[in-house]
Amino acid sequence: MAGGARPRGAQTERIRSDGTHQGFLQHENLRWMKIAGGISLVALLSYLLVDVQPRHNGGSWYGYTLGTIGAGLILWLTMLGVRKRSMTRGYWSLKAWTSAHVYLGLSLIVIATLHTGFQLGWNVHTLAYVLMMLVIVSGIWGISVYAFLPRVLSANRDQTTETQMLATLRSVDRQLHDAAQSLPQGTADLVRSSLDQDPFGGGILRRLRNRYQDCATRLAHSEIRATSGAAPKSGDDPLEKVDALLEKKISVLARTRRHLQLKAMLEVWLYIHVPMTFALIAALVAHIVSVFFYW
Amino acid sequence: MAEGYRIAIVGSGPAGLAAASRAAALNITHVLLEKTDHLSDTIYKYQKGKHVMATPSQLVLRADVDFAAGKRETILETWGIQTEAKKVNVRHHSEVKAITGDKGGFALELTDGTTIKAEAVVLAIGTQGNPNLMRCPGGDLPHIQYQLDDPGEYIDEHIAVIGAGDAGIENALGLATDAEQRNTVTIVNRSAEFSTAKDANIKALMSARDAGRMIVRTGTTPSLVEPGFITFDTPDGEARVRCDRIIARMGSAPPRKFIEACGVEFTSEDRVAFPKLSPKFESTKAGIYVIGALAGYPLIKHCMNQGHDVVEFINGNETLEPADTPILAAKFKDLPGKKSVDEWLEFLRSNVAILNGLTPLQMREFMLDSEARFYRRDARIFSRNDPGSSLFSIASGAVLVEIDANDPSKTVQIGTGSIFGEVGLISGRRRGATVRAGEDSICVEVSRSAALKLQSSVPAAKRAIERISTERQLLQMFGSGLKSEDLVDVLDNCQIETISAGKSVITEGDEGNDIFIIRSGSMIVEKKIGGKQVFLNYLPAGSYVGEMSLIAGGRRTATVRAAVKSDVIKIDGTAFKALLDNQPKLLAKAKTDMAARQDINAFVEAKKDSFSTAVDMYSNIANFLVENGIGEATDVLLIDENLCVGCDNCEKACADSHEGLSRLDREAGRTYAHLHVPTSCRHCEHPHCMADCPPNAIHRGPDGEVFIDDTCIGCGNCQRNCPYGVIRMEAVPPPKPSVLNWLLFGKGPGPGEPSKKWSYANADPNVEKAKKAIKCDMCSGIEGGPACVRACPTGAAIRVAPEQLLTVARLEKGDA
Repeated sequence: MAGGARPRGAQTERIRSDGTHQGFLQHENLRWMKIAGGISLVALLSYLLVDVQPRHNGGSWYGYTLGTIGAGLILWLTMLGVRKRSMTRGYWSLKAWTSAHVYLGLSLIVIATLHTGFQLGWNVHTLAYVLMMLVIVSGIWGISVYAFLPRVLSANRDQTTETQMLATLRSVDRQLHDAAQSLPQGTADLVRSSLDQDPFGGGILRRLRNRYQDCATRLAHSEIRATSGAAPKSGDDPLEKVDALLEKKISVLARTRRHLQLKAMLEVWLYIHVPMTFALIAALVAHIVSVFFYW
Repeated sequence: MAEGYRIAIVGSGPAGLAAASRAAALNITHVLLEKTDHLSDTIYKYQKGKHVMATPSQLVLRADVDFAAGKRETILETWGIQTEAKKVNVRHHSEVKAITGDKGGFALELTDGTTIKAEAVVLAIGTQGNPNLMRCPGGDLPHIQYQLDDPGEYIDEHIAVIGAGDAGIENALGLATDAEQRNTVTIVNRSAEFSTAKDANIKALMSARDAGRMIVRTGTTPSLVEPGFITFDTPDGEARVRCDRIIARMGSAPPRKFIEACGVEFTSEDRVAFPKLSPKFESTKAGIYVIGALAGYPLIKHCMNQGHDVVEFINGNETLEPADTPILAAKFKDLPGKKSVDEWLEFLRSNVAILNGLTPLQMREFMLDSEARFYRRDARIFSRNDPGSSLFSIASGAVLVEIDANDPSKTVQIGTGSIFGEVGLISGRRRGATVRAGEDSICVEVSRSAALKLQSSVPAAKRAIERISTERQLLQMFGSGLKSEDLVDVLDNCQIETISAGKSVITEGDEGNDIFIIRSGSMIVEKKIGGKQVFLNYLPAGSYVGEMSLIAGGRRTATVRAAVKSDVIKIDGTAFKALLDNQPKLLAKAKTDMAARQDINAFVEAKKDSFSTAVDMYSNIANFLVENGIGEATDVLLIDENLCVGCDNCEKACADSHEGLSRLDREAGRTYAHLHVPTSCRHCEHPHCMADCPPNAIHRGPDGEVFIDDTCIGCGNCQRNCPYGVIRMEAVPPPKPSVLNWLLFGKGPGPGEPSKKWSYANADPNVEKAKKAIKCDMCSGIEGGPACVRACPTGAAIRVAPEQLLTVARLEKGDA
């Protein structure tokens, strides 16, 4: 297009050329996968080529080298949490950090395993190894969740926001409250039970499973349906209005619960990943101190 | 019966009244001729209870009759009492039919047959008798009126007020003020900005709109009037709405025939041109003086001062200085050479081409809003990338434009009389090149508002600016050793057209060889493939289309339509062909551009079977983005919902980079095919937020970002004007403890925008922070660039320019 190119500042240009549509896994054409793969390969080959007597173990010069690299990596990988939260100036990209975090973290499987020399037992050293593997496994789970759930979250949201969902719920509740005023005691109690219940309560497991068998709204709706379903539509029966409102509330609840479930699934692994990391660092300290103490 | 007076004053408006009362005070024999039975018909016809304003406030009132801002009734009463007390000789029911004779012996023939003799005549008849008419089809229907006497008369009507000058705004407010009248009032303004109305009126209009009392349509013109309905041409396409009454207040033009018959010449052939006047208000016919609105001064205070002054001049007062002289003298004091204010005004007016059409009086008013500056040889006037929307004109000397950013010695000279900096004025973009004085030069810097006023009041200036900017645009676009003399023929055969959103300039399959240059706005190129419109390309301002049919012949191969309301320069194909034939280099360049487009066409044609879903999908996404304002964006934040995990780190990073307030709402906004346009500034080409900022606090920065500076007064106009809802009104929260303090010791609210509760609890009770407008500034000045993109852990947040995103060529690369 002639004359179409407009001059722009160098800063924004840099951001744009930063691979417009590559996610953290593909970042810079898999740069960090290649680096991490290279490191693992070098470790593996050297493990096979270096002849350590009497056998490979964490205490040899080779074992120490791998151990130092592994410990350094663990500490650096932990720093992602700080990087993410500290919004400093400069030409860094959190996407690049995440990419490196993922692939270098995976390379730890090779590095740390080779560091053990496959000598595992019931001791603090193996504890550190196991904790590290747990962190890595939770991380792999996290990556898979990150890879599949975003589009599901977006599709379920369908251009509404969480705030809007909750606002709709409140407004339906208000209407239900008004519409139930003229109902007989029994049905009014059903509606009240729907209004009184915390529709998202019941703990994290319930939220993750998205099973709400005792949902008062659904119970109220089916009860009212059972009594009023057979009656002919008159158009001005307050029960019909309540019926319609409850139906609306059920559909809003379904979307909101699904939304909260997906958000919980996207976050819950971090509640394993992060505390395990701290446990790992503690075990790592014990492992290193004990190694040097009992030299 | 013949009477003889020293001065006959025609018209008893503020100007005539002031002149007559001055004459009375000086004991000069005079007569004030008024065609109706009351004084000052224009103000008399103001709607009842109208508040009359006294602007410009810095101007001192010199007249013998009092005038201060107040109700129409009070002002008329004061004038009535004072004219009587001063023994002003008023002659009612005296409409002048013709003026004959010469200085010292004029004969004023009245419609009642009387002839009045006078030595000098002061014409103060204003322009109200000659309103500008509706020109669209149906413009002669009886429910169109050009005046509104009593807004209380109308109830239960759908009323459209056309023209948002002061008269239009006041009429609309009058009709909408009383909710009991149940009128549905729409006010329509041709441009996006209110360039001619007083500030206070604009504010009242905006608050009426916000209160839901009336509908304000900007950038809109009526296109068809039918009984009961009116059709508008709006920036979003056509709109046909109910309308029982149309009040057209589109200004007025001097009653030219009558004045020319008196022997007075006008500055130009334009319908709205004013009579040629000396600084003493004397017209080209000696002895006939023109003051007030007819002289180009619509404001009451100006008119009254002129009434006072003109009588002093006629009375032989040679030393009287106009009231604004001290203000102007201060502006000229640093210029070299000793010249009086009048000499400077004349010097600037005669030397600068775009100011030639101004009368000396308009020139005075114009200079009140502008600055004259002196630059020594090699002094820098502005630098490349400076923000600025003012227009410069050269009154003496010459300037050099540095065309190569890396080599200041490569320059193009612009000589005396011409203008520069017009790109900033038209597009609102930063300066494209450094300009320095080539020799000692005097330049006039015209502020954006003064330039808009100049263009709206002096059509000749508007055409001159358009011609120069078109010429420059052509030279810049085609380069290739083209000289301005080569373009004369092309420029004579081009015109600027405004295309509303959705209208096409070129239709596929039509005949035609005109070339279109997009001057502002943007266009999209579409081609019909397999019965569907496929989105081929997005063309930002500064691109051209239409060369294919011209060079290669044949019918149009694609449709080009406006994505948003756009201005195009339409160049006659034959004239351009002649230019191409004479300029082989230019032809070669045009052919290269054409080849690139043919490649895209061929690509789409080739892929239409195998790739139809991909092309379809791409077309839909492109159309979705254009609907969401990407067509007028320069830089927009998009979120790939295949990657977004909803961590809101972008919002947190935004808040932490900007005083703790986030300028984007990730979750809100539209989504299509997993491409999400969050609520965040698009940095429009013609920002809606800039249209009405009282302190002028919104600017475009060096990277194209639109930002709000510290002078924001928190009025909220920009928030209301933004069609995308990206501006928030917020007070800055108190500073937070550092991230490490939070991570290690749990101090403070953590990353991101603190909650209102925390802000409230931790605010310094001694400091009251006002709410101000905040919006994305593209992290200007922050090393590393936009925080939202840097802080996205998965790469879902991207910033794009529309021309990079919206091209079908991306499909070929496989990344669309």
